[in-house]
Amino acid sequence: MITKEDVEHIGWLARIEISEQETVEYMEKLNSVLEYFGQLDELPTEDVVPTYHVAEIYNVFREDIVEECLPQETVLANTEYKQDGTFRVPKIG
Amino acid sequence: MVYENPDGIRIGLEIHVQLNKLKTKMFCGCSSDYHNAAPNTHTCPICLGLPGTLPVLNKKAVEAAIKVGLALEGEIAEETQFHRKNYFYPDLPKGFQVTQYDFPIVGKGKVVIEGEDGEHVVGITRAHMEEDPGKLVHIGSIEKSKGVLIDYNRSGMPLIETVTEPDMRSPKEARRFLDKFRNILEYLDVFDGNLEGAMRVDANVSVHWGTRVEVKNISSHKGVERALLYEIMRQKNVIRRGGKITLETRHFDEGRGVTISMRTKEEAEDYRYFREPDLMPMRVTDWIPAIRETLPELPDAKRARFIEQYGITDMHAKALTSKIMLADFHESICAQGVDPKIAATWTADVLLGELNYRDLVIGADVQGYAIICYNQKNPDIVRHIRVNDMVELVTFFAEGKISDRAAVEVIRSILDSKEEKTPLQIIEERGLLKAESDLVTMAVEETIAENEAAVQDYLGGAEKSLNFLVGQVMKKTKGTADAKTARELILKELKG
Amino acid sequence: MAKWMSVAQVKEKIIEDSAEEVTARYLEVIGKSKVNGYTKVSEKALEHARRIDSEGHDGPLAGVPIAIKDNISVVGLPNSCGSKILEGYVPPFNAHVIEKLLSAGAVILGKTNMDEFAMGSSTETSYFGPTANPWDLERVPGGSSGGSAAVVAAGEAPFALGSDTGGSVRCPAAFCGVVGLKPTYGAVSRYGVVAYANSLEQVGPLANNVADIAILMDVIAGYDGRDSTSIDSKIEYQKALVDDVKGLKIGVPKEFFGEGIHPDVEKAVWNAIHKYESLGATWEEVSMPNIKYALASYYIIAMSEASSNLARFDGTRYGFRESGENWHAMVSKTRAEGFGTEVKRRILLGTYALSAGYHDKYYLKALKVRTLVKQDFDKALAKVDLLMAPTMPNPAFKIGEKIEDPLTLYLSDVNTCPINLAGVPSVSVPCGLTDGLPIGLQIMGKPFDEPTVLRAAYTFEQNTDYHTKRPPEVA
Repeated sequence: MITKEDVEHIGWLARIEISEQETVEYMEKLNSVLEYFGQLDELPTEDVVPTYHVAEIYNVFREDIVEECLPQETVLANTEYKQDGTFRVPKIG
Repeated sequence: MVYENPDGIRIGLEIHVQLNKLKTKMFCGCSSDYHNAAPNTHTCPICLGLPGTLPVLNKKAVEAAIKVGLALEGEIAEETQFHRKNYFYPDLPKGFQVTQYDFPIVGKGKVVIEGEDGEHVVGITRAHMEEDPGKLVHIGSIEKSKGVLIDYNRSGMPLIETVTEPDMRSPKEARRFLDKFRNILEYLDVFDGNLEGAMRVDANVSVHWGTRVEVKNISSHKGVERALLYEIMRQKNVIRRGGKITLETRHFDEGRGVTISMRTKEEAEDYRYFREPDLMPMRVTDWIPAIRETLPELPDAKRARFIEQYGITDMHAKALTSKIMLADFHESICAQGVDPKIAATWTADVLLGELNYRDLVIGADVQGYAIICYNQKNPDIVRHIRVNDMVELVTFFAEGKISDRAAVEVIRSILDSKEEKTPLQIIEERGLLKAESDLVTMAVEETIAENEAAVQDYLGGAEKSLNFLVGQVMKKTKGTADAKTARELILKELKG
Repeated sequence: MAKWMSVAQVKEKIIEDSAEEVTARYLEVIGKSKVNGYTKVSEKALEHARRIDSEGHDGPLAGVPIAIKDNISVVGLPNSCGSKILEGYVPPFNAHVIEKLLSAGAVILGKTNMDEFAMGSSTETSYFGPTANPWDLERVPGGSSGGSAAVVAAGEAPFALGSDTGGSVRCPAAFCGVVGLKPTYGAVSRYGVVAYANSLEQVGPLANNVADIAILMDVIAGYDGRDSTSIDSKIEYQKALVDDVKGLKIGVPKEFFGEGIHPDVEKAVWNAIHKYESLGATWEEVSMPNIKYALASYYIIAMSEASSNLARFDGTRYGFRESGENWHAMVSKTRAEGFGTEVKRRILLGTYALSAGYHDKYYLKALKVRTLVKQDFDKALAKVDLLMAPTMPNPAFKIGEKIEDPLTLYLSDVNTCPINLAGVPSVSVPCGLTDGLPIGLQIMGKPFDEPTVLRAAYTFEQNTDYHTKRPPEVA
């Protein structure tokens, strides 16, 4: 079971601000889902290899060949927060 | 002699090196040549992390990583893959860094350095590939920043992070390790250490075999030594006062030469590593034989060969192999038939010293032709030092046509002037050639030294022996000397 | 001009009239839409069609209009993923499938509505409001490619692209009475498709008939060097359109007919299986014992990958931004405001499942269960050529009915998500109606055996008339 503190912690890890009231709501909803996920515990899997990918592909590469970059104005076209060719954000900490 | 390590110092390093010799970034085709470019002009949807984009790995980056692994005598993993390291920071356009986690490409290896007590082995824990984040510029200082400007030109540059065992026992050893490490990488031609941000170092250090402290973000070799000296002193002081060293991360303030505790974050980070689902695992051990073939002679081997082949001192061999471009330069000079020992002296002692004095570093070379140096503080100052010029200079000196002071002056003149003049031009312009009379005097001295019997005969009264001696001087000077002068000089010499 | 046309009919009409007229006709229908299927209608569609008329085009889709799910990047059109957080974002690059479509001559009508970031089975969580099911405007069209399915069913596009992470093409296809294919993992490039769960999803076509699905696959499938998971299968999809299932062995996994299945759905699917039998195929029951764990495994994997994929939406470079006293606060507020509730729930759950101390319990466990589910498919498909089951256990539900309880909504993916875990191809075709609502038959095959899957679907279509049924409300 996850606690209010857990919700606050994962909210911080995920950078999603959660209000006091939302914390309780999330806790309840998340716990009901986690409880459902808990059914996997009944399945013994000690000797099972995890499947990260169904496609068993190895060694996919590209050659070291230069391709065209985007023009600076295109790079910055999707934000209004820019300055001297850079993205501008508030101070970090 | 065994180094006792009286303070129980253990230093381990984590070194991030940009594979800036590759033409493109790690996962996209953007040019890696961004160092003098306007911000955000070397980016594409992939390295900007735009939604929907996918990474595809640069094959050359993997080859470079294997090269590095082999040079560090590391194990190359049978199977290797990428992970995502999840954390939020404005320089990270995807909200995660693609890196390697529990399956790094290079496993245990080692580097031998000149330690406090002779050869000392520093263990390599691992080396892995990862992508570089973008670059942040703080408006104002970090502490009182009003905002942050982000340039993603660096984003996605290929990096190799190498982690060492805590095997270094002094800041000096740490610096020597870094010098050696950088040298090896430059030999491998995967890395240009002169470019800004090309190498970044985190160091962990403990005293009295105690708790380790991590010092982050050191950007120069000198910085590492300074940061470690400070940090060791700080830790020893804490312990002396009865305090305890706590596990923490500190930041090195290059300007003030101190380490500062980084404000502990609100909550501990948890990177939630998991396998990057957009990149497939690699099995590349079958590339090893071919890559091994391409490995150049590494610094240690080259140094040993220089001693053997050129008969030069270990000190000269070490200096000349400290940079591959310099080693090539020396070999090109020697290939033209000049005395290798004299050449080594002039390159290793004089030229290197004069370069250092002027903050000039070797930035590039045209193999067999020249090395190109530039001023670290003012990159606009560029000097070409040609192999032929060194050959000419060394030859003049070896033949006694110029004095060593004059030869030094020629080198200084080449380094101090934009005009590209040959040593001969400089020698002529400045009249550095030994005067004719000097040459005759030299020939006289030599003649007297070489013809003991004739000298004795003359002193015993045989006048015609003097004619023989004059003839010898004329021969030595190829007839350029005036016979009368030669005669007078011999007489002067013999009568003291 | 008929409201519902096959691609072949559209092409005839283009020759007869013009690409411009055909596009104009679709735009007219879209203008009177009752389903809210589009998030953005392209202002350049007509001009593009006109250009194809004037300049000519010899591509297989010259002048044929198509609708694109709003998580597939198209230059010049917003790519909102149904989310406020992507407000104003216009991608400067085309997805691989869009490049393919454009070079085939297709005219993009616009972007279609979806569950926010493809996280849902009802197209209710979109920032642009819910899309309605053309068969009953009070019901959901399914999701997450609900917009794509609804516009095809409503005659607002001849066909469309969707994406399928756990059923997001097949579920709305079933609910809206159209055909929808989830190709084998790796068959279609994901480049330019906004990732929800990278290891599970594929772009998939939705159309009014199986032939159009094959036409679209021939255009969009194939190797792409920009997607490291892309595989060159060299399949010729239209060649699979053969009316013959003689000797085909069909497996019927009983686990797909579980508790809570609607009796009419069960009946319709069995009717379909018996139809195949009458056409010369054989069937047998097969058991896939780990299927019941697929849903939990699927959701853990999808949420974990999603929690990382969606980290890039931080207001820094594009999209919506909330103000904050520093960058971290700005990001936290932007994400709190910009994401909808369900997306935030999934990010939080995924973050939790990957976090220190829980990674092995949830994420690693789910990957191991994935192995068992895949083994079930391998074993079953070693015995039979195809598996058949209901796409959805129930017909379309009412808008708002399940939105409050996430778990109930998740459970509706029970028959579709195992396919994504195994990476196999699966198509949903209409196989009946219950109370005026469509029912979907799901046909699953071996990896890269789309030819057999499509052949079976095509044969069914040739011998039944379910695919000709049209929603009366929008007729």
